[in-house]
Amino acid sequence: MPGKKKRKKSDVSSEIKKVAKGVYSKILKKKQPELESPLRSLSNVEYNSDDGYFELSGKTKKRTLTAASAKTFAQILRMMSLSKNLIEKDDIASKREAYYISKNWDEARFKEQPESDSAMDDIEAMMMVNREQLGFIPEEKGGEVAGKLKVIDKDPDTGKQLKIDCTKFGSGAYSIPISVEHLKFETKAKFVLAIETAGMFQRLVKHKYWKKANCILVSMGGVPTRACRRFIRKLSEDKKIPVYVFTDGDPYGYGSIYRTLKVGSGNAAHINEFFCVPNAHFIGITPQDIEEYKLPTHPLKDVDIKKIKDLLKNDPFIQHHAKWKKALKKLKAMKVRAEQQALAKHGLNFVISDYLPKKIKNRKTWLP
Amino acid sequence: MAKKKGKKRQTKKSTNSNKKRPIAHELAKKQREISVAEFFEKNRHLLGFDNPKKALLTTVKEAVDNALDACEEAKILPEINLQIVDLSSKPEVKKEVEEGQTVLVTEETEKPEDIKPKYEDRYRVIIEDNGPGIVKKQIPNIFAKLLYGSKFHTLKQNRGQQGIGISAAALYGQLTTGKPVRITSKISPKSPAHYYELKIDTQKNKPEIIKEKKVEWNKEHGTKIEIDLEGKYQSGGKSVDRYLKQTAIANPHVTIIYASPQAKQMVFPSAVKELPEESKEIKPHPLGVELGRMIKMLNITKARTVASFLHSDFSRVGSGTAKKICENASVPPKTKPKKATREMAERIVHGIKKTRIMNPPTNCISPIGAEALEKGLKKEIKAEFYAAVTRSPAVYRGNPFVIEAGVAYGGEQNPEGKSKVLRFANRVPLLYQPGGCAVTQSISETNWRSYGLSQSRGSLPQGPCTIVVHIASVWVPFTSESKEAIAHYPEIVKEIKLAVQECGRKLSSYVRKKKKIVAEKKKRDYIETYIPHIGDALKELLSLKVKDKKKVEKLLKKILEKKRGKLKNIKVHKADFDENLALEGDKKNARKKEKKEE
Repeated sequence: MPGKKKRKKSDVSSEIKKVAKGVYSKILKKKQPELESPLRSLSNVEYNSDDGYFELSGKTKKRTLTAASAKTFAQILRMMSLSKNLIEKDDIASKREAYYISKNWDEARFKEQPESDSAMDDIEAMMMVNREQLGFIPEEKGGEVAGKLKVIDKDPDTGKQLKIDCTKFGSGAYSIPISVEHLKFETKAKFVLAIETAGMFQRLVKHKYWKKANCILVSMGGVPTRACRRFIRKLSEDKKIPVYVFTDGDPYGYGSIYRTLKVGSGNAAHINEFFCVPNAHFIGITPQDIEEYKLPTHPLKDVDIKKIKDLLKNDPFIQHHAKWKKALKKLKAMKVRAEQQALAKHGLNFVISDYLPKKIKNRKTWLP
Repeated sequence: MAKKKGKKRQTKKSTNSNKKRPIAHELAKKQREISVAEFFEKNRHLLGFDNPKKALLTTVKEAVDNALDACEEAKILPEINLQIVDLSSKPEVKKEVEEGQTVLVTEETEKPEDIKPKYEDRYRVIIEDNGPGIVKKQIPNIFAKLLYGSKFHTLKQNRGQQGIGISAAALYGQLTTGKPVRITSKISPKSPAHYYELKIDTQKNKPEIIKEKKVEWNKEHGTKIEIDLEGKYQSGGKSVDRYLKQTAIANPHVTIIYASPQAKQMVFPSAVKELPEESKEIKPHPLGVELGRMIKMLNITKARTVASFLHSDFSRVGSGTAKKICENASVPPKTKPKKATREMAERIVHGIKKTRIMNPPTNCISPIGAEALEKGLKKEIKAEFYAAVTRSPAVYRGNPFVIEAGVAYGGEQNPEGKSKVLRFANRVPLLYQPGGCAVTQSISETNWRSYGLSQSRGSLPQGPCTIVVHIASVWVPFTSESKEAIAHYPEIVKEIKLAVQECGRKLSSYVRKKKKIVAEKKKRDYIETYIPHIGDALKELLSLKVKDKKKVEKLLKKILEKKRGKLKNIKVHKADFDENLALEGDKKNARKKEKKEE
């Protein structure tokens, strides 16, 4: 992990030991052992507007060994032990693999993977580290990249440098690896365009939009994964280029995809600092666009309305930006949503010829 | 038939009016009295002999009821020996029967020579009691004459009521097998036993003596009945076995030794050594008497005035009340009863309704008693919790009655499905028509959820529970002559509900406590399941020694115990279910016991 807070692997392992010792000594004192970790939820984050990300506020969760928590308590300890093992052997386990390893633990095994993922997140937060540092890697794909970018990677066998030219994938694309810390970049692009749907990404790749606009295209495929977020952050920070985010005009696109990319999530607040992209700007479909372009729409569903209310009420990022509040209220009043693909109403390439150039030129149409 | 003939007569009359003799004379030749026995021959379902299975049960039931009534009247603790022998052709069964007999019957093991292997569904019911016996002269009438008995005319709590039961069983046997009923009875150690073979002359409803002799019987007193009949033996649901078990619950003072057709022996020992309190005979209560009966009573009374008639022939009518009734009925109190007109009788009945009269006396009822009922449940049902209550007497239509209820919860009872309901009337189990019975209705309408049992709306509660309801009365209102279900009088329904609610309240505290204990136990087990895992994880994390890991686990257990309190009171309180008493033993058990006693 980069930056001042990066910890060495051996540090993580001794930190795990420290927590275990704490539990052990409590037991020897005949007191109920506890595990303490920051509360992982939106209610426990503050929007740090200076650095532009969600950071943890002080609330912590104490897990005391009781009837209700005995199982999770045991599971977290076993998971910590697994992590320590991985670190010491310099090995890794995917989240899925970790879940299967737990099947050896008899009654303490995890029933479903979300349970083991959650235990993993708890340990992450407890240690204030990234799960890769615990030896766990995600299963999910990072995202896809095309355009004016050369990624410098290493051959896993020889250690020789590999230069990957993202212009040379034809109609395909470069896949962001699960771990991106070692990557370096070469680019003269003017901006990064992060796109919500693979369909829109395909259209822009096919028509070589990246050439026309001199940019790098990234397909997020819904809410961006940690690797994807870290990749975009690193790229934009190293090369000092802005990031434009192109999503659907709906509360999910605003509140989940864009917000998570820009400032991080409540669930992983302890690592948001490294996984946010403060340099991101929203150029997706705004309520204003729906009206101006007369886009075909769908009515808002109950869940959409609930999401808007929730964002307005609980999300520190939205609350910080009057423009976002206004936009969301407007969408709620319009009672509709519009997809990226709705621009095709004005011709399949309207998005390339009109929408994006106009949007990027006119800062006033963006949202913060 | 009669109707059809009636029509015929009319048409003939109008068309052949010139015929010499009126056709009515012809018809008159065919018109004659129908004997009760003949009537029954054709309507056997009215008395519970609808099908072979039910017939076998009814026969046993009538015989047991009679034996118990006789014993109790004579103040003898009843001991009943019942044997059902399969007379059908199956050879392997026959073998077992013989085996069973050698085990069971101690004296006079007369091997049934007349077993003819060609009949199916044929059984012999042999029942022997230690009752007072029957005087020689009465034996034929009691067993071979329908509607002959001592109970019909009295207002007193009895098992039987009409005096139709045992003779009906004898008649049924005679009709289906052609065999006479065989009776042996002895009234004292000094006099000889009398043996009779009897048939019923169905036309005259009179006994027909086939054989009569004096025999040796080394028993002080008692009666033995043998009836051959067509029947079907089945276990489960409405079986003889079930009937006997329930009888044992409601009659904890009775000992029953029973050998089934498979020669399996069951012993239902007595749990209390005292006879139930003797019930007194009472005069009718004015409110229970309808017009017809009133007219009849006016006719046969020995009283000289209506006022004194009311005073002397009814319960709870003093001279003041009698005067009041006469006043309300506008009948002069000095009227001679024999001269009272129909209208007067009707006015008296109405006058009674207008007059305030005390409830009937209740010493005519002898309930089982809460304590004895609980003992009965304890010896026959393996449960964890027992409760029983006896309500105070109440009245329906001038008839006093008492409701008793009991519950047995948990233990070896089936935790799935509906709870069992056992219904009793004057200590006799009711096995048929549960749906049409006031007991079932009342239990279904009671909210058992508030007592910790689950229950879907308007149906019986669920769970490992047996609910017992007993109605004791001088006149139990059945819905039909076969005495299978209790009629829905509001007063009775109300009392049943109050009784089961009282049991329910007792049950609920137990069920709640048990549920809490089970939940706590589960929680503890849950914690203790994961303690070793915490130990393992710490051992791995901190490279602890096995010794240290053990220490961690021990300490964790202590810590949690400190937090939750010791697990000491949590043992489920095992019932005072008496294994010995409930030796509802199979043959082996019974044999063992016999050997020990020898």
